[in-house]
Amino acid sequence: MDILPILSTLRRHKITAWLLILEIALTCAIVCNAVFLVSQRLERMNLPSGIAEHELVQVQLANIGNRSDAEARAKTDLAALRQIPGVTQVALVFQMPFTDGGSSNSGIKLDPQQREDTADVTQYMGENLLSTLGTKLVAGRDFRPDEFVNLDTAVAALHTGDLKGLPQVLVVTQALADRLWPGQSALGKQIYLGQGLAFRVVGVVAHLARPNRLSKGVEYSTVWPISMNVSQGASFLIRCAPQERERVLKSALAALKQLDPNRVVLQKRTYDEARHAFFANDRAMTGILVGVCLALLIVTALGIVGLASFWVAQRRRTIGVRRALGATRANILHYFQTENFLLATLGIVLGMVLAYGINLFLMMHYELPRLPVIYFPVGAALLWVIGQIAVFGPALRAAAVPPVVATRSV
Amino acid sequence: MFGYYLDLALRSLRRNKALTALMVLAIALGIGASMTTLTVLHVLSGDPLPERSSTLYYPQVDPRDSAGHDSDKEPMEQVSWTDGMNLLQAKRADRQALMTGGTVAIQPTQSALDPFYEDARFATADFFPMFGVPFQYGHGWSAADDDSSARLVVISSKLNDKLFGGKDSTGQMLRLEGTALRIVGVLGDWRPNPHFYDLNVTNYAESEGVYMPLSTSQDLQLAHDGSVDCWGNGGAGPRPDHSATCVWLQFWVQLDSPAQAAVYKEFLVHYSQEQKALGRFQRPPNVRLRNLMGWLDYQMVVPGDVRLQVWLAFGFLLVCLVNTVGLMLAKFMRRAGELGVRRALGASRRALFAQLLVEAGVIGLSGGIGGLLLAFLGLWLVRQQPASYAALAHLDPGMLLTTFLLALGASLLAGLLPAWRACQITPALQLKSN
Repeated sequence: MDILPILSTLRRHKITAWLLILEIALTCAIVCNAVFLVSQRLERMNLPSGIAEHELVQVQLANIGNRSDAEARAKTDLAALRQIPGVTQVALVFQMPFTDGGSSNSGIKLDPQQREDTADVTQYMGENLLSTLGTKLVAGRDFRPDEFVNLDTAVAALHTGDLKGLPQVLVVTQALADRLWPGQSALGKQIYLGQGLAFRVVGVVAHLARPNRLSKGVEYSTVWPISMNVSQGASFLIRCAPQERERVLKSALAALKQLDPNRVVLQKRTYDEARHAFFANDRAMTGILVGVCLALLIVTALGIVGLASFWVAQRRRTIGVRRALGATRANILHYFQTENFLLATLGIVLGMVLAYGINLFLMMHYELPRLPVIYFPVGAALLWVIGQIAVFGPALRAAAVPPVVATRSV
Repeated sequence: MFGYYLDLALRSLRRNKALTALMVLAIALGIGASMTTLTVLHVLSGDPLPERSSTLYYPQVDPRDSAGHDSDKEPMEQVSWTDGMNLLQAKRADRQALMTGGTVAIQPTQSALDPFYEDARFATADFFPMFGVPFQYGHGWSAADDDSSARLVVISSKLNDKLFGGKDSTGQMLRLEGTALRIVGVLGDWRPNPHFYDLNVTNYAESEGVYMPLSTSQDLQLAHDGSVDCWGNGGAGPRPDHSATCVWLQFWVQLDSPAQAAVYKEFLVHYSQEQKALGRFQRPPNVRLRNLMGWLDYQMVVPGDVRLQVWLAFGFLLVCLVNTVGLMLAKFMRRAGELGVRRALGASRRALFAQLLVEAGVIGLSGGIGGLLLAFLGLWLVRQQPASYAALAHLDPGMLLTTFLLALGASLLAGLLPAWRACQITPALQLKSN
């Protein structure tokens, strides 16, 4: 196919051609970045939590008025929940991975003399937490019963600086261990909190994501031997087989209501529902981005169809003359296809530069990583294909122009 | 003349129905998307208290120890009990209020209603006059009530509807967390957006149902709700100790003139120096005094996703416009023969230009109307979203006007280049070639 005649024709429609190139370029740039944003959201929505997600239900209660027997009440509540058929584990916990609302976070240091914190970690608390969450221990051990202290005792101890009231040990995630002591075993290592309070690592879990503040390190989590009760904001976490969740949730609510009717249910849901709610905004944004991408591609494709149709109609006589001089239908078809290919190529080149620029802008304002190189060839191929599909109809119509047109005057 | 041009435009548009539809649809989609996102942005970045925001300030001081100290670091975003009380009692501003959030259990006397939880605000007396909170019945409380931890509450009109069927409930008792409190006031319609005075609750939260003196809430040991930031060996549960090294309260002041604001900032520096001399503060004075809008800006209240959506929508509009310009250009150029004849018959360039612009305007207007309908649809879709601000997404008259101006401006802009190009035709050449 000879390109020169195409170029000389395009030179006669400079502005229109450039507009088409510009449209393709803008579409290419926006779609590349939007698809990249979608992939980021999908990655976020599919982050592993490290827990037995499909086996957990949560019930959060609140007492009316202050009560002094919170500890004893917690024990009877837990015992009653364990009696429910199908329940394998029960715990009173303060937070769960990927949930909104309160979370306990703290800066930790590797050396008490350090001025800046080494990492910001979340603090999981609650008796029987690891086995209820179903988090896998990869090194060390779970807490012993005698290591637990109540939250109130711990806060008071922290306040007075009395080390005896504080827990002495903790469990960390593999991700945090790798961050703090790369290449070494974390077991037996010390971390420091506040003004030089030391704690010893006794166990490492494979995965355990934090509730929120994901930007500080999704899996920078610690687990503490601190027990909590309902009035301290803890909720019941119940583990059972996935198909039993609805029934167990109902029985649990009934059992808790029977033990003390003077409480308000703040939350009752499966963990899957909690996780679904946490990522609702990401899901909505993904939908919007995909919708805009599709709309952009359709508008661009229709634009190509419209312009190509115009050009075909405008060049009817020229096409007729070429056909009369011996050009085959295939020649005419290829002519328009090549023309579109050239325009698309220019648009794609321009679009890639633009895409890179938009990505730089987004990196500055939205903490986004750099656009992976793979997006460029894939984006180019996509636009080429769309261009060819869009131009095919008008090109076929051009090829169908009979040679006899050349002999007719308009 | 305009009528004739309009007739010509409609004829020409009718000749290529598919193409006209494509151009109108492209503009409508672009306008619809842009207006939807702009409206959301407009609603979210609005001024919660237009008449008062310029006189309301949020003082910040830095009570932390020197660990991790960097000179450029921002002071803490809330105040501790000690600092809050000190600043409140200094009474250096025209009005000042110290507050925090909570959640309280309400036990209705009617047996038909189960106990339920309601968001509460524990504040000092100036909260109501300072923020200009409207009252439907009764009034707020006085500084004397603060001092005596009076057992009284103010409730929202929504809660009043729920508990008392909307009747004047002042003087009645409200049972809350096991204590009976006398209702002294019922608020009118009040929902500032964003929830500026405490952004620890979701940014676009509804206003609270229950308001009571901060001192009363502390007397009753009601649990606090919101964020707590501690330093040193501080730590706190839902009922922070008053001497804990933690910040968990918000402090707002009203300063009626910029001069007073400057004086108040001076005072904050003095206060910090004094506290440092006493050994409570360890860092050099580090204070901020942002006004309401400055505080919202600093807190980046408008979600990043919303801004991103605006960018995306305008990118989309740009593509749609380029698309329309290209199609219109091709269309006008195709009619070169017809335009040539009109030129040869004596129509001036200006007349042709006007005629083509009318055609572009018709497309733009149709696109604008379509865009408006799409914007209504878009906003309806936004309201179905799970975000906390979703319910606020409504088109106001200002945005309605903006939509029309945007549509008309966009389409005229799109028509300008094609019309100008088409007018450059040399009539003789066009006539000859045919």
